Parts: sequence; structure tokens; C-alpha cells
Amino acid sequence: MKVLNEMKITFPSKSVNEGYARLAVAAFASQLDPPVDELADVKTAVSEAVTNCIVHAYPDKVGKIEICARIFENGEFYVKVKDYGCGIEDVKKAMEPLFTTCKNGERAGLGFAVMESFMDKLSVRSKVGRGTCVVMRKKFSQRG
Amino acid sequence: MPVRIVENKENKTVTAFLSGEIDHHGAKKMREEIDRAIDENLPSLLVLDFGEVSFMDSSGIGLVMGRYKKMRDLDGRVFVQNPSMHIKKVMRLAGLDKLAGIGDSSRKGVQP
Ligand SMILES: Nc1ncnc2c1ncn2[C@@H]1O[C@H](COP(=O)(O)OP(=O)(O)OP(=O)(O)O)[C@@H](O)[C@H]1O
Ligand SMILES: [Mg+2]
Repeated sequence: MKVLNEMKITFPSKSVNEGYARLAVAAFASQLDPPVDELADVKTAVSEAVTNCIVHAYPDKVGKIEICARIFENGEFYVKVKDYGCGIEDVKKAMEPLFTTCKNGERAGLGFAVMESFMDKLSVRSKVGRGTCVVMRKKFSQRG
Repeated sequence: MPVRIVENKENKTVTAFLSGEIDHHGAKKMREEIDRAIDENLPSLLVLDFGEVSFMDSSGIGLVMGRYKKMRDLDGRVFVQNPSMHIKKVMRLAGLDKLAGIGDSSRKGVQP
């Protein structure tokens, strides 16, 4: 499928960048003129993926987060969030709703569940010690 | 100010008016302010008002769930008021509607 447009951003895993990242991706996605609620879905899903990099991938240091977003010829929206952090041992288990490795009781373990239900497609690749790559796709409904 | 706290001693109610975007970056401060008000007042009802909240991700779910547990330990309840469509959607996904009451009517003051 032909790529009509593409954006890439790289930023350090500081929590203050969570807002910036979801807004930047949403601004890019607005080219597709999506309904407001579906744009909020994208914002939320990106916020989950980026927060996971900051909280889990780089727990005790600041590392690099890369985002690439694309618009395809068929109108499909694509976004990839990538880190070079600790990786996930068992991806299938990590994606189960309510699963969390967070100990202080302030995380719900629902980040992947949110990404899965707010986007059309979600794929997660990870290697322990190398990092994690989350790819999400969504086709916006036509306004009208 | 991301949280404005209103304490009602007669009704044993604490109302927290949240505003802005609730994500991992902002949730910690909100959490601390709400918990301080709970610890000081030991209320039987905690009302979380989402009327001015424009965005929330699963960090907001964690915030509500954490306060729910804290209030449960005090034999108290949590009521979520004025969530937008987007916030309701995130909360429903987490099943929060089963833990805390969720409603819209804030203008009359504190309920239920
Ligand atoms: N980028 C990542 N790098 C390393 N581990 C990750 C990454 N993303 C997720 N994980 C692991 O997968 C688990 C589940 O992630 P998920 O986002 O579903 O829940 P959570 O982050 O623990 O809680 P919540 O997102 O509800 O605040 C995490 O607890 C963590 O162990
Ligand atoms: Mg998460």
C-alpha cells in the first residue's frame, strides 16, 4: 500500500513529553479529517504506548522513544511507538487485561487493553534487553 | 491548579474538582492532593468531578481505582460526576462503572 504522508519524532523518555507525543500524532492524523471521538481514541492509544516506554522500558534512566506515523492511500492511519529499553519477557501475558508488573497499586494494567479496543489493529514485538515496538492501525469512519 | 478540593464536614463529603489532562505525568500530583484531603477529613463519600477534564488515559483509571480502594478501607464510597463521553468510554472499559457510581448531575451540589 502506498504511503501518502509520513512523520517521525524522537524524544527522551521524560513524562512531560507524554502530552507532546499524543498531540503531535493527533495533529498529524487530523489530515484525515477524523471524527472528534476517533481522534481522541488515537490520542489515548498513543498516550498508553508512550507512557509504557517511560514507566516500564526505561524504569531508572532516560532513554530514546521513536514515533513514526503514516497515512496510507486507502485512508488507513498507522502509528509505531518504539523504545530500546528492557523489553517484555512474555508479550502475550503482558497484553492480558489487568496484568501489570507495577507494584505500588497505582497502575490498572489496562494500557494494552485500551490500545486494543480504541484502535483497529495492535501488534507488539519485543526482545528482552533490546526493546519494544508497538504498531497500531485505524481506519477512521467517513464523516457525513 | 489541577485539583480543587471542597470539604463538607456536615455531610462527611470531600469533592475533588479535577481539570486538564490526566496522564501519568499529571496523575501523581492529583493523587497526592486528593489523598491528603481524604486523610484529613476521613469522609464517607468522595466525589470526583471530571467536568473540566479534557483527556484521560489508563493513568486516570489507576487514579480512580486507587481512591476507590482507599475509600473502601474507610467504609466509604466514591462517586464520579460529569465525565465526558471520552472519559466514560475509558472508564467503562475498566469496569469502573461497577466500582464507583457515575453520574452527571453536579449542579445541585453533592449527591447522591
Ligand atoms: N515498552 C515496554 N517495555 C517494557 N515493558 C512493557 C512495555 N510496555 C508494557 N510493558 C509491560 O507490560 C505490562 C502491561 O502493560 P499495560 O500498559 O497493559 O499495563 P500497565 O502499564 O502496567 O498499567 P496501565 O497502563 O493501566 O497504567 C506492564 O506492566 C509492563 O510489565
Ligand atoms: Mg501502561
